[in-house]
Amino acid sequence: MNAARPHGAFSRIAALARKESKQIWRDPSSAVIVLFLPLFLLFLFGYGISLDAASVRIGIVIEEREPDAESLANAYLTAPDFAARIYESQALAEVALQANRLRGFLVIPSDFSQRLRARGSGPAQIYIITDGSQPNTAEIVANYSQGVLGAWTTQFARDQGLSAEPALTIEPRFWFNEDLRTRYNLVPGSIALVMTIIGTLLTALVMAREWERGTLEAVFATPVTSLELLASKLIPYFLLALATMAACVLAAVFLFGVPFRGSFLAILALTAAFLAPALGQGLLISSAAKNQFVASQLALFSGFLPAMLLSGFMFEIDSMPAPIQAITTIVPARYFVSGLQTVFLAGDVWSVLLPAIAKMLGLGAVMLFFAWRLTPKRIA
Amino acid sequence: MTAPLARLMDVTKSFAGLERPALDSITATINAGRLTGIVGPDGAGKTTMIRLLTGLVQPDSGAVEVLGADAKTNPGAVQAAIGYMPQRFGLYEDLSVQENLDLYADLQGLSETERQASFDRLLDFTDLKPFRERLAGKLSGGMKQKLGLACALLRRPRLLLLDEPSVGVDPVSRRELWAMVRALVDPETAIVWSTSYLDEAERCDETLLLTHGQLLYTGPPAGLTERVRGRIFRLHPAAAEKRSVLQALESDPAIADAVLQGDSIRVMTRPDASPQTRVLQGASPAAPRFEDAFVDRLGGSHAGPSPLGEAMRTIAASDAPVIEARGLTKRFGDFVAAQDITFQVRPGEVFGLLGPNGAGKSTTFKMLCGLLTPSGGEGHVAGFDLRRAAPMARSRLGYMAQKFSLYSELSVRQNLEFFAGIYGLKGAHRRSRIDTMLDVFELGALAHRNAGTLSLGFKQRLALASALLHEPEALFLDEPTSGVDPLARREFWSHINALVKKNVAVLVTTHFMEEAEYCDRISLIYRARLVAEGSPDALKAQVRGADLPDPTMEDAFIRLIERNDAQRDAA
Repeated sequence: MNAARPHGAFSRIAALARKESKQIWRDPSSAVIVLFLPLFLLFLFGYGISLDAASVRIGIVIEEREPDAESLANAYLTAPDFAARIYESQALAEVALQANRLRGFLVIPSDFSQRLRARGSGPAQIYIITDGSQPNTAEIVANYSQGVLGAWTTQFARDQGLSAEPALTIEPRFWFNEDLRTRYNLVPGSIALVMTIIGTLLTALVMAREWERGTLEAVFATPVTSLELLASKLIPYFLLALATMAACVLAAVFLFGVPFRGSFLAILALTAAFLAPALGQGLLISSAAKNQFVASQLALFSGFLPAMLLSGFMFEIDSMPAPIQAITTIVPARYFVSGLQTVFLAGDVWSVLLPAIAKMLGLGAVMLFFAWRLTPKRIA
Repeated sequence: MTAPLARLMDVTKSFAGLERPALDSITATINAGRLTGIVGPDGAGKTTMIRLLTGLVQPDSGAVEVLGADAKTNPGAVQAAIGYMPQRFGLYEDLSVQENLDLYADLQGLSETERQASFDRLLDFTDLKPFRERLAGKLSGGMKQKLGLACALLRRPRLLLLDEPSVGVDPVSRRELWAMVRALVDPETAIVWSTSYLDEAERCDETLLLTHGQLLYTGPPAGLTERVRGRIFRLHPAAAEKRSVLQALESDPAIADAVLQGDSIRVMTRPDASPQTRVLQGASPAAPRFEDAFVDRLGGSHAGPSPLGEAMRTIAASDAPVIEARGLTKRFGDFVAAQDITFQVRPGEVFGLLGPNGAGKSTTFKMLCGLLTPSGGEGHVAGFDLRRAAPMARSRLGYMAQKFSLYSELSVRQNLEFFAGIYGLKGAHRRSRIDTMLDVFELGALAHRNAGTLSLGFKQRLALASALLHEPEALFLDEPTSGVDPLARREFWSHINALVKKNVAVLVTTHFMEEAEYCDRISLIYRARLVAEGSPDALKAQVRGADLPDPTMEDAFIRLIERNDAQRDAA
């Protein structure tokens, strides 16, 4: 592009990178984005949002006052996952469900004990009614209540001596996240979100700010090439993002007690690979958006929201419709989330990590290339 | 001596969304050893021309050659050889003076030895040596401008491009900057200075006069002013009659231009008019100015008497002030934005607040409109105390903001209806006021156009129409004509003069020295204080002396500031 001497290029990049670092250091808002925001998000996802069901409020409607029915109801009342309450009629429970005081309720019908004892008339039934408008919670209520029911049935059979031990019992064991603690998955996922903010939002904003203040015009009118300019933005923000990453990992392990089974090298490689597309996207946005408002909107829509919704962090990719799954393949956060979860919870499984790293680097190369091509040394 | 350093050859440049090209088939040369002024109102194409010379903007057609290199195919070579100071100076406000210099020295590839010599030379030149550690954002406007200049001069460029370097800075700094830049001209170097101030054009060696992307004139400024020599006169009517005389002159076919200049009226006759024309009885000849010649080149002023007078009620004449500031003070934390500001504006009077950007004009203004609560002192409009009855006061005043403050997505008529609604106009009265305004400002044909698509001049008319719907007793104008061409400025002021004859009190802020001369009385505001008050001629008389037999408004401003500083130092 430019017939500048090569040693000149290095000193220009160094000068611009030094300038950028000073600006970061002096600008109080960068401290907010780099330190406060990541910790805030980690706390939010670590403590505030949990997909675990604890003390789910349910109702129990008993339509008969027989000992068997009372015994089953008691099993629910004492189950640790539920905060259960007896309702006199189904109508009352429905009102409570509609008023959002209950997540669901179960009905022990009036023929429950009769069916339970007299085997001829088919198996005894209870009904579980859940709030389908909150599918996650509904599923949890249904699953947990199956669990309570199963335990009670086994106990009942044993007490009655009706049949011997069940021929087969399934005892589920969840690998990697033994307690099925969603926090263990959410914390690595939210780190990916934080890194998207640092990488994409911050770089897009600082470039837009230079357009707004007219400083880029003055810099462009010197022998600097656009490649040098982009490099000088990449270097400080890459290092800054690594520092934030270190803080996030420490917080995850020591504050939130997330196990860390992988190695330092693996997480460094993963982070470095993710920063290529994240920073590239920020610079790409700034080539189109020349004011901070548009830049932040674009960064939220194209960076933050996909990282939140399409990375497998909140919603499982396998359960998405095929077209959406196809879109997730170009969301770099997708590979970062799965990679981080692997490093934290499973360890250095290179057969998983290496393809993820390769894909992130590939996406990064594409974005950086376009950022370079689309950031001409032109005002208009 | 005058070898061309840069050339534009039949250059056309258009931008998407604009009706006409920003520059239309321009051919011009920039010569070594000369200070070349690119002169013209806002939107004329000045910045586009400078950016073409930096290689940051590419022409649609034609060629730009700078120091022997083609700016289109080899912008790198151009950028390695020029010095460029963009508008707002291109400084990093969170870096210190020295850090800004270091950065630009690195970017321009200065070696260690060159660098030290260059820094010493420029810090001396700009008097910035004591401020090396200060953040650029904490410098005054004049100092920022000097630092921007220093950054552009680090490598002694052969072509120095300055884009509107003097916008909004105080007259003292402006004068210093001119002296500094003058000193840089040498036989090897060319300097380009763009400006919308026509008085600056007279100080250039060469001018490129632009309007609407067209080149109206190239050559020394004297070449243009020569056209009107012998056609410029000053009339001295009685103070009470000056606006009536002005209106009569505006409709006189022998007169190409007439404007107020303090207590007198500056007149330019048409080229074919007999110099013995009757209206010039008692007139004294005057030296032509660049602005006169520009107006002449544009075919003379067509302002004519404004029909606005018929559309406004006559307000009872009275000696009681309509607008009154008594010791108005505004502090933002430790910073004093306005200190002890006192003045009065009577019906039928135009009062100007003259001062550089950041002096406290807008702060004073906003306190008097009830938009800012004073930290001390009192303000009254139409008899209402702004502290207790700001909404009542606001309903009696019209306000025209500095920036276009109408709704771009609403049509012209919808904007007027919105403001009519705000001012509580109803029914038939409301319809008739809106129709009257559309007529007076010739906006009828555009009534259904979105306000955002209007040209600068029509936007300004709409803004004034919106402020006058409710026939206010007081009109507030914040920098009403900065950057508009002289014809649009004359048209605007013909409307204001018509209002004044109906006894509306007008308060106007400006940093234009010429515009100050249209006022009956002015206050000079400098560093949050009123430095002097009086009629333009009285202020000029205060500084007249052996060394300054015919002081300009700018001379008066500078002298009065110096005296005020000296008094305060002595106190």
